[in-house]
Amino acid sequence: MGVRPIKPLFSYGPIPTYRMLLCAVLAFGLMFAEHRFSAVETARSHLTTVVAPIQWLVALPSEGVRWSAMAISDQQALIDENGRLREQLLTLSNRVQRMASLTAENIHLRELLNAPNPADVPYITAELLSLDSDPFTQQMVINRGRRDSVYIGQPVMDASGLIGQVVSVSAYTSRVLMVADANHAVPVEINRNGLRFIAQGTGQLDTLNIPSVPATADIREGDLLVTSGLGGRFPQGYPVARVDEVKRESSQAFMEVSAEPIAQPERSRYFLLLFPPERPEVKLDGPERMARQVVWPGDPAHPDANRISEEALTAALMLQSTEQE
Amino acid sequence: MGPFGYLFVWFTLLLALCLQVMPLPDAWLVWRPDWLGVLLAYWCVATPQRVGVLHGFVLGLMLDLIEGAPLGQNALVLSLLAYLFLLLYQRFRVYSIWQQAVLVFILLGIAQLVEQWLRTIFGPISVSLEFLLPALIGGLLWPWLFTMMQVVRRRLGIG
Repeated sequence: MGVRPIKPLFSYGPIPTYRMLLCAVLAFGLMFAEHRFSAVETARSHLTTVVAPIQWLVALPSEGVRWSAMAISDQQALIDENGRLREQLLTLSNRVQRMASLTAENIHLRELLNAPNPADVPYITAELLSLDSDPFTQQMVINRGRRDSVYIGQPVMDASGLIGQVVSVSAYTSRVLMVADANHAVPVEINRNGLRFIAQGTGQLDTLNIPSVPATADIREGDLLVTSGLGGRFPQGYPVARVDEVKRESSQAFMEVSAEPIAQPERSRYFLLLFPPERPEVKLDGPERMARQVVWPGDPAHPDANRISEEALTAALMLQSTEQE
Repeated sequence: MGPFGYLFVWFTLLLALCLQVMPLPDAWLVWRPDWLGVLLAYWCVATPQRVGVLHGFVLGLMLDLIEGAPLGQNALVLSLLAYLFLLLYQRFRVYSIWQQAVLVFILLGIAQLVEQWLRTIFGPISVSLEFLLPALIGGLLWPWLFTMMQVVRRRLGIG
């Protein structure tokens, strides 16, 4: 039973200098360890699974807005959209049909030249979870992770072009570095004449920078830049950007060229994760390869592009047997 | 402060973390106030014996994981922020609310500056003075947040 102590006017908390030093050492240790050791990368991917609920939670409001916009949009708008989509489907399936015959023709021609056929690129689809919340980087999070055998360095596409590549993977989500990020560069070639360059991100979503273009290079505004496949990370021939400015100065040895990415990360919600073949690994025999090639990936009539279709196989075998006769 | 109070502290801090990483249109991103910094600052000033550097470290680590920043970058920044507020919390008790707001702006600004330095170490970025906007808006929000949190805290009988 003592006298109650008077509450002091200023309560003196601990001066936490030692804790601060400990935290600073830990933080710097982590930052450098991440640069040096791959073990930190795996630890990170497991830890990211822990914060995945927060990522889902913060994605909820925009999901809700999207859902309610759909719920209250009137019937006429839906009918219009449906009509538009049908039209688009018709155009696309028409294109796919032509594509199938062109692919077959291409294979014939390549066989005549004894050139190897490029393999199909399998893919899985992914949905956007969140664009990055940081104004100084261009990244996004998608809803596929280690469980879907996503790997670091995997190319990511949207409906129109290359978006970027996967830079970290957790169990259910992964993080994509976009081509426009200042840390990203991709080897490209001009679709028109095959000249090869590097396209570097600038940090602005709508601009890529093409450095080291000789003043004599044949490059024009409007040229389509596609992946060149050099470097082995991105498969060849996917559209990346369109050249929108070429600055030529006669006194300079190099031109200043900038390009606008074709993919639209602000508008797309669905993406493709490509699984490009490492190398031309197994040498398939002519007919089997043909049979694989006849099915074009993404063909709505053949949702399972990896399966060899029976008609194509018999067609290819018959072709071979007539050649042997 | 009992276990309930401690839960409440973590609840508000996690709420601030959610606001900090909430997806926004690209043009609005630089206008987002530094929610996590402001709320951490509030708890450091209000209960300096309970909330401090280690809280900043843990929250920063979570922010790093969510944002995909190098591990430890935000952890360092937020623990530094907590440290600065713990050094100066006694001044807050004698300052008027707008003087507090100015001090909050300055300290948040220092933290943002350190963050930009760390970013330039780890890779090329485009630097502009825009990085001070979250600190400025955080400072402007301080009087409202401080008053509201004091009322809520008194209602719940925490601290």
